[in-house]
Amino acid sequence: MKNKKTILYLKKMPIAGGVIFGLVIFSAILGPVLVPYGPADQDFSKVLKPPFWQNGGEIKHPLGTDMMGRDIVSRIVHGARISLFVGLVTVLLSCFIGTWLGMLSGYIGGKMDSLIMRLTDIQLSMPYILIALAIIGALGPSIKNIIIVIAITNWVGYARIIRGEVLSLRQMEFIEAAVVGGCSTPRILFYHILPNVVNSLIVLATLDLGRVIIFESAFSFLGLGVKPPATSWGAMLADGRIYLTYAWWLATFPGLAIMFTVLGTNLLGDWLRDILDPKRKRYVLV
Amino acid sequence: MGGYLLRRLYHSFIVILGITLIIFIITHMIGDPVVLLLSPEATQADRDELQRQLGLDRSLPLQYIVFIKDAVRGDFGVSFRHQRPALELVLQHLPATLELTLAAMVLSVLISLPLGILASMKPGSLLDRTGMTFALFGQSAPVFWIGIMFILLFGVKLRWFPISGRGGIENLVMPAMTLALFSTAAQTRLTRSSMLDVLDKDFIRTARSKGLHEFKVILKHAFKNALIPIITIVALQFGMMLSGAVITETIFAWPGVGRLAVNAIYNRDYPVIQAAVFVTSLFFIFINLLVDLIYTKIDPRITYR
Repeated sequence: MKNKKTILYLKKMPIAGGVIFGLVIFSAILGPVLVPYGPADQDFSKVLKPPFWQNGGEIKHPLGTDMMGRDIVSRIVHGARISLFVGLVTVLLSCFIGTWLGMLSGYIGGKMDSLIMRLTDIQLSMPYILIALAIIGALGPSIKNIIIVIAITNWVGYARIIRGEVLSLRQMEFIEAAVVGGCSTPRILFYHILPNVVNSLIVLATLDLGRVIIFESAFSFLGLGVKPPATSWGAMLADGRIYLTYAWWLATFPGLAIMFTVLGTNLLGDWLRDILDPKRKRYVLV
Repeated sequence: MGGYLLRRLYHSFIVILGITLIIFIITHMIGDPVVLLLSPEATQADRDELQRQLGLDRSLPLQYIVFIKDAVRGDFGVSFRHQRPALELVLQHLPATLELTLAAMVLSVLISLPLGILASMKPGSLLDRTGMTFALFGQSAPVFWIGIMFILLFGVKLRWFPISGRGGIENLVMPAMTLALFSTAAQTRLTRSSMLDVLDKDFIRTARSKGLHEFKVILKHAFKNALIPIITIVALQFGMMLSGAVITETIFAWPGVGRLAVNAIYNRDYPVIQAAVFVTSLFFIFINLLVDLIYTKIDPRITYR
């Protein structure tokens, strides 16, 4: 029975989403070995070459080169590593913070609840992009700081939804039984509540990954992300914007890479929601 | 109702206090303004003098109290770069941001609600599938890239619209479209799904079996009942747009609060950052309060005590 269900779920899996996301993971892990050029390999005899199908393009650089003769394909493949790394680490961090605060808020209630909920109110009332930019401006641009800043501005969505779930779980008999049975609060939270919110967490985190990848690229685009010679899709877009009138391919392809990656995670997230959360709760991420 | 409003105002007050604390902490992380303001050749005496003038020799809690006192009076200090009161600068840039945000808001509501409703009327139809694919892509594309692509297509290649600055309506088209895209996508999807939820209900079947015109069933009976989640997300998107305007304004050189703030961050012009964050936050809070009050008007079942 269970096996049949699994097969049915796998059948409904979004092929496009799976393929795209698989490709991104593949590029991030193995890509740098497979592409012929490094992200910083300059070749000043081949500056601003167009993609191969245009006049002057060549097959050695399928999507053309940038103003320093660096190969666009190679740079995009290398960039996947940074986007995915920042995305995964940030999502894990904010998921961790948000889950614990949400569980504490919902389970302990009282003053703790008011405090944490006021904190989320404050966070939600602030223009987060501006705040994040200001903090990164203060700490100095680096990947580490981007991860910290997105994580501490992003936990709110998790905390709110987990709190809501815990509030209804708390009324259930098995939690009461655990309390009567003498389980400590940490034990109840970890062994009895957490397993029951994991499904929501997986869905939330998958849908969140795309958002975080966009954030990271936005910061890099504004010059507050990775420093050269390292590359990221957002930084490539920033270069592309300067050369927009001469070289359309510089800004177009990194953006497509971001869009399709996020599309992949969104499709996977929607699918996970359908199978893990049959009641179809709506997650409005904030 | 009166009691509820009072309690909400009290909450808003606490939130504003929290925001001032965060702004205060961030500005202190940004670094010593004395170093930024003085030339490297300045003597220690010059430094002490300036520190005293700016009130930086006092203890941190005392500085915070002074900061709040000044903030209440609308005094965030003088911009290092523009040599003018920071709040005045922000308020001067505010109309541009509001113009852009409102234009984008109107655009996205005008597109997303009809599209979502039409899609929900015939789920699985060509229109539904096209609309939802468009929405899925719209939700996945980064705003700044869409802006750049618009510039490339409509500005550089077709030369339909100017690519930067503020002026007539032709200047507004591309930034507003860019800013509206994400919200349009999100609202279309939500309108469709909350309409589908409602269209399943018994009272819709009743309305149809009474022989009401389908048009009336959809707009009067279904849409009205699907409105609560839609209003929630529209308000949420309005807040996100105020935030997203930062990036859109930067790309299109739109002279609004967002661009002012980003430049202030680059220049470490912290009075301007403080004023910009504070004013934008007040807007957020006001909108949220307004939406909660609108709920009671739309849905009589919702009462606040």
